[in-house]
Amino acid sequence: MAEVILTDVSKSFAADVALENVSMTVPNGSFVVLLGPTGAGKTTILRMVSGLDQPDQGAISIGGRDTAGLTPAQRDVAMVFQQYSLYPHLTVRQNLEFPLKSPILRTPQAEIDRKVGEVAEILQISHKLGNKATALSGGEMQRVSIGRALVRNPAVYLMDEPLSSLDAKLRSDLRIEIKSIQADSGATLLYVTHDQIEAMTMATHVGVLDNGKLVQFGSPREIYENPVSMYAASRLGQPRINLLPADVFAVAPHSATHIGLRPEQIVQGEGEESLVQRVEHLGDQTRLHLMFRSHNLITVTNSHTTLKRGDVVKIRPDKPFYFDANGARLG
Amino acid sequence: MAQIIIENVRKDFGSFNAVKSSSFTVEDGEFFMLLGPSGCGKTTTLRMMAGLELPTSGEIYIDGEEVGQKPASQRDIAFVFQMFALYPHMNVGKNISYPLLSQGMPKAQVKKKVHEIAEILGITEILNKPVGSLSGGDRQRVALGRAIVRDPKAFFMDEPLGALDAEFREHMSEELRALHDRIGATTVYVTHDQLEAMQMGDKIVVMNHGSIEQFGVPQDIYDWPASKFVAQFLGSPPMNLLEFNGMVDIGAKQVRMGDITMDIPPSLEGANGALSFGIRPEHVKLDDSARYRGRVKAVEYLGTTQIVLLDTPNGVLKARLPSSDPVTIGATTGMIFDPRTITLFDSQTGKALRSQANQGVLTHG
Repeated sequence: MAEVILTDVSKSFAADVALENVSMTVPNGSFVVLLGPTGAGKTTILRMVSGLDQPDQGAISIGGRDTAGLTPAQRDVAMVFQQYSLYPHLTVRQNLEFPLKSPILRTPQAEIDRKVGEVAEILQISHKLGNKATALSGGEMQRVSIGRALVRNPAVYLMDEPLSSLDAKLRSDLRIEIKSIQADSGATLLYVTHDQIEAMTMATHVGVLDNGKLVQFGSPREIYENPVSMYAASRLGQPRINLLPADVFAVAPHSATHIGLRPEQIVQGEGEESLVQRVEHLGDQTRLHLMFRSHNLITVTNSHTTLKRGDVVKIRPDKPFYFDANGARLG
Repeated sequence: MAQIIIENVRKDFGSFNAVKSSSFTVEDGEFFMLLGPSGCGKTTTLRMMAGLELPTSGEIYIDGEEVGQKPASQRDIAFVFQMFALYPHMNVGKNISYPLLSQGMPKAQVKKKVHEIAEILGITEILNKPVGSLSGGDRQRVALGRAIVRDPKAFFMDEPLGALDAEFREHMSEELRALHDRIGATTVYVTHDQLEAMQMGDKIVVMNHGSIEQFGVPQDIYDWPASKFVAQFLGSPPMNLLEFNGMVDIGAKQVRMGDITMDIPPSLEGANGALSFGIRPEHVKLDDSARYRGRVKAVEYLGTTQIVLLDTPNGVLKARLPSSDPVTIGATTGMIFDPRTITLFDSQTGKALRSQANQGVLTHG
């Protein structure tokens, strides 16, 4: 349990600037998700907190202690990688016990058994405890490597896309499990992903990264409902926010170049005519692909809509976002 | 362009029965999805349709001709794999023209055809580039180009987007579907991703353990699943199944769950014993005056909507509500279920009980 503070952290790899003056506080007991596309700097932050990399500039503290010069072991962090790393010659049980068997910890065997049993249960691998790690499927191996972090009680958990190689059903089960483990134990968790569903559903705070810069930090709801920029607005929301020329519907505020419309910011049945190009039934909802004054637009409608390709739907913006030429949000 | 009919097709590998006797029809020009978890037999089914595996028994008709025991080369189809195999030493144009040149098509005609395809796929600019320098999306487009260029009777695709990340996959699936709408070729597509199947398919076959669970139009299957398996495989989150012991008579418009009576679509089948009450998350409303009660366990924020997890007397239930609805974790509340949308299942067989609401979909499929 610890707070993690990054102060003006920068990092370059040769000529590539990976991070630029990132300052961020991961509050004690929070679940912080770093969100951004490949190359945004998410993993670099995680590796520097873990001690696998050192910042060029700036400071990182964990639980009030400056980490400069500390090895990964001294930092008391547990890391889960995208590519699982298990001991292939050991069984699942031995892999899970391994972190607890460290001579420094001297965990009693009964305590080890209890912990391993509990974690195996949560991750649905109880029936595989006697198997060799190499006899598992990819999804099972990843659950074991998450389990190996969970059996410890570190100051901070660091996870780098731990669910990206799992299938959809397991991913959605584990999202809820990881979230509830974190909430129940009060652990501090720093989590990297490019999957917006993971960010939305698990995070207490989301850090949006763009090319090595932290552009917004807040709750998922804050970022979704009050994005600071076109970039941040595009990170969350399915279907993606529609970005059109600012004056396509009506006169726009001065200096606005783009209007941003999420599905709930488009009123249907009043306003101006648009043409239905495709109707996509997703089950719980239906997506309408619309053409409005030669711009493509996607919105959501009732799952049993009778609309079809070629129909006309009237639409009107409702409390839209406006952005300037730099992509910044206008008040 | 072709209709494909599968009749009583079965496949055994030694003593393992990979596909149980299966029948379905892919209509001309359809975008047809084979959906199921890994190991369900969907890829084996596709490979039999393509001629990469021969069925142990049964018939496969492409355009009226029985081709079940013919190899792929005699079926005039094109296959797109998950890992797009391009010739690394050739440029984009040569990769696309290769199938035509090897068929002996005159060069001038090949050139015209390749340009036409490149236009459709939006890759005219990169025709002279080596394939090694391309992005994942462009490589995929080139692989598609090579499949399309021959004008085959049908396309077969085995998780062609499986290796791409979420954002890009969504983009490519839109592009693939738009491409299909332009050229209108019969396409059979294997996926384990239910959203991809819903989004792209005109029809879906849902498979499990080598058998067909259900076959039909995506929205119909979503609304009226034939089995608990389908109810839980489609939808994110899937259909809620509240387990209870009860009795339904033919013609019943209500069912008793514990001491609460729930409205249901008029039943056409009687059942007694372990039943499941199926309700989709978006058809649940919270209403404090309702008699069926639960406790809010967790909330997942999704932007437009939120998923609320509730502990109920019959297990955990998920409700999809507008994000603007206030919900308090730990609070006890009542739930209302839209009675028109309910499916009851026999828990023993896992099959849906027929009702006036679902009989059209179930007898058709």
